Amino acid sequence: MLEVHDLRSGYGEVQVLRGISLDVDSGEIVTVLGANGVGKTTLNNTLSGLIHPTSGSIRFDGASLVGTPPSAVVAAGLIHVPEGRKIFPNMSVRDNLELGSYRRAKARRSANLERAFAIFPRLRDRSRQLAGTLSGGEQQMLAIGRGLMAEPRLLILDEPSLGLSPLLVEEMFQLITRIASDGLAVMLVEQNVVQSLDIAHRAYVIENGMITIAGAAADLKSDRRLMETYLGL
Amino acid sequence: MLKLDILLSAVANGLMTGAVYALIALGLTLVYGVLHIINFANGAMLTTAMYGVLLAHSVAGIDPYVAVFFLTPLFFAFGYAIQRWVIGPASHGDDNNILLVTLGLAIILENALLAIFHSDTRSIDVPYGFSVIEVGTLLLSVPRLIAFAAALAVALLLALVLTGTDTGKAIRAVAKEKTGAMLAGIDVEHIYAVTFGIGAACLAIAACLLMPTFVVNPRTGNAFVLVAFTIVVLGGMGSIAGALVGGLIIGVVESLSGLAFGESLGQIGIFLLFIVVLLVRPTGLFGAKA
Repeated sequence: MLEVHDLRSGYGEVQVLRGISLDVDSGEIVTVLGANGVGKTTLNNTLSGLIHPTSGSIRFDGASLVGTPPSAVVAAGLIHVPEGRKIFPNMSVRDNLELGSYRRAKARRSANLERAFAIFPRLRDRSRQLAGTLSGGEQQMLAIGRGLMAEPRLLILDEPSLGLSPLLVEEMFQLITRIASDGLAVMLVEQNVVQSLDIAHRAYVIENGMITIAGAAADLKSDRRLMETYLGL
Repeated sequence: MLKLDILLSAVANGLMTGAVYALIALGLTLVYGVLHIINFANGAMLTTAMYGVLLAHSVAGIDPYVAVFFLTPLFFAFGYAIQRWVIGPASHGDDNNILLVTLGLAIILENALLAIFHSDTRSIDVPYGFSVIEVGTLLLSVPRLIAFAAALAVALLLALVLTGTDTGKAIRAVAKEKTGAMLAGIDVEHIYAVTFGIGAACLAIAACLLMPTFVVNPRTGNAFVLVAFTIVVLGGMGSIAGALVGGLIIGVVESLSGLAFGESLGQIGIFLLFIVVLLVRPTGLFGAKA
């Protein structure tokens, strides 16, 4: 579904991604792991069209996404839930969710809103509250809920567990499994190695702008040496 | 009791003028709130719209209150186009450039008007220009009463659009969280242009409401925009409610200080208030902290 080949990208003169190749198939949870500053968020921003790659290819459902503006990437069904949530703090929870279907799946807005509330019951309780007043965990749920409103074909989650309490982290990973159980493809970009490998089918490890390990999540988990070398565990 | 009557009528006049000030400030504050730029061309665009009303009246005999129905969409399109294809591309993503581009636009518009219409001050004659109605002991100017009601209606409509439509919500989303908006599929360049277009449309409406009782020369808009800046600061940068309340307050202050110090010194009160606001509450009445 998503095929990335030899992707190079960065900010101005600074090259962050130095030839990334990866793919995500439909119905899969693929996790992309790596420490801070290795290029995970740059990868996400490049895939969603916020920054344009200097070279390489991105194909989504067979069509090229290189040079495509973010609105067209969303229209194609590739939805990126960003690190730091980026919700609209000045608007109600409900308005935030509704704007998730601004570009895509607008016709099924009310049905999808019900679905989002069913997945995240706490958002229903707070639907009239300003999003900026939510707790960190609730804001993360809202960000994912907003992403789901567009009926994604592939959902990219950038560090959904960042800044959450251990209990909430647990809950978040369960929710991601539940969302993906409907057949939705998920690309989970995380620093939280153990829990990510627990729920993913396959995994990539990025180091210094390049993929250094790729394989089945179960294999990575059992390879202590790899874990120690690349992930400091 | 004559004194009280004069005071009341000064307040009523102030409110009526203030509502139109508010309308001019609405465009300014909306553009600031969303694009985070001060549109220096606001005054020149208002003057252009006033000449538009003048032309429609003198050439085609169209009443200002009829002209509003085609000048408003025309100015929306003008504002949209100028942001999308001139200001946006010319700024290369740098806010300082945007200031210069709008300043340049102001100079071009003003001098174009000067070249076409010369520096004479002009006005239009409408049969209702001096009609008044009696409300209690007050005599209220009909065109200014219409301006008051129309300006309030436009502010209300704008508030409804911003809270009740997808485009309005997208405008508010872009104002606070641009990256999040882009990732929700909102085309930020389009929203910027729509916002600028709404600002221009507000000016066109203000021009149609002003022309029955005001005069125009190529620099008229600047006087209004100076006041509008004061309103935006008083109400809080980017706040719609602030622009409305601020506009009404400024209108009344101007009218009352005119009464106290003489008509030509009326604006002294505005700028005194402006200084006090900057000293005491720099975020404005409805402004949030930056």
